[in-house]
Amino acid sequence: MSRVILINLVRFVLLIFLQVFLLKNVALYDLSIPYLYILFILLLPFEIPNVMLFILSFVVGLTIDMFYDTPGLHAAACTVLALVRVLFISITVQKDGFDNEPEPTLSIMGFRWFFFYASVLTLVHHFVLFNLEVFRINEFEYTLIRWISSSIFTVFLMVVSGLLFFRRKQR
Amino acid sequence: MRNLLIFITKYNAFFLFLIFFVASLVIYIKYNSFQKASFINSTNKVTSEFYARADELKGYLSLREVNDQLARENAELRNQLRSSKYADSVAKHMVNDTIYKQQYEYIEAKVINNSVNKRNNYLTINRGRKDGLDKGMGVITGAGIVGKVVLVGEHVSIVQSMLHKDSRFSVMLATHKEIGYLQWGEDFDPHKALLEDVSNNASPKVGEQVVTSQLSLFPAGIPVGKVSGLNAKGTGFFLKMEVQLAVDFSKLEYVYVINNKFATEQTGLEAQEKKDE
Repeated sequence: MSRVILINLVRFVLLIFLQVFLLKNVALYDLSIPYLYILFILLLPFEIPNVMLFILSFVVGLTIDMFYDTPGLHAAACTVLALVRVLFISITVQKDGFDNEPEPTLSIMGFRWFFFYASVLTLVHHFVLFNLEVFRINEFEYTLIRWISSSIFTVFLMVVSGLLFFRRKQR
Repeated sequence: MRNLLIFITKYNAFFLFLIFFVASLVIYIKYNSFQKASFINSTNKVTSEFYARADELKGYLSLREVNDQLARENAELRNQLRSSKYADSVAKHMVNDTIYKQQYEYIEAKVINNSVNKRNNYLTINRGRKDGLDKGMGVITGAGIVGKVVLVGEHVSIVQSMLHKDSRFSVMLATHKEIGYLQWGEDFDPHKALLEDVSNNASPKVGEQVVTSQLSLFPAGIPVGKVSGLNAKGTGFFLKMEVQLAVDFSKLEYVYVINNKFATEQTGLEAQEKKDE
């Protein structure tokens, strides 16, 4: 249990640093901006209580907000992400199917499931994020392009990092 | 009552979502109307400390460019020295000295946080109230205008960049003196902006200089950019054109904050005038 907490803590700090000091300065054609930090919420263990999940998502969002100067924006998007995560997992994964608290990583759940999971959640998160940021409907076309291209970039980075830390199943 | 509790625990995810989502929306909206919820931003001690450290590192990478820029600016300033000008009469210079009072004061500042790829962009600079900054002052670089100060902390301040959906600056065409206003364009290109509301009898050419007008918070005549396209669709009696901005916002290092010494006098008088009517 304490090992899980430690791993998640390290992941939190690493992802925030990566996001704020590296990915913040990366933008392809001023359109595609990766928000890799949501990987932290995606990789929380299956068994985490809902209260904890929502509090953590909110905190992660707010931390990013502090560095991006947009109080509340990322926090809102992350809470939506947490809700979608709960729904998605309750639909696609059977309860009490997992032993010793596995996490929804690429190496445990397989490429196909993880890719689907990451894509859906990223799309929802980015949709809320970009539309809240713009806060008006008449720029919808541009927001749409930004949404799709950023999502592709983020999912790509997620899959890459998943393959980078790939471990074979011990079962 | 018990049924209600059972209902809430059964759908706890949804209720938790509601609570946190509403909380974050409240923060977001509040921040929008008050410019900044004063503590969750980079005036915050911890984050500004981090940014200052990261910027120190980044500073080394662009030393060459900054050097070039400073050298160029030095040369320009040297050109304005009295010794490099031809004095046609001594008396004139004496008159000059007593007549001209310093109206604009420049305070140099270093950019410690910057963005260009968001819908609304802000800069953070390392000067604050302690150095005489105040809300509403204009910010420029050697190349052109950057934005305006919107939030002042003790040691750092936040500048609303030209690249912001609420930024509008009064500018004019350098040769015709036709006044219009400058706004960031709809395609969010950090090198382009739109010049709008120019009266129809102006005949602008591509490549013409655009400078600040007398009505802005900047001294008149500071370069802004060049007209780069005339085909932007104008409406009715006004022309609309594309402007290539002179400042490269992604490479800002040092900026100057302009303190207009007559600003308080002017706003005070203007407020009085309204009261008298």
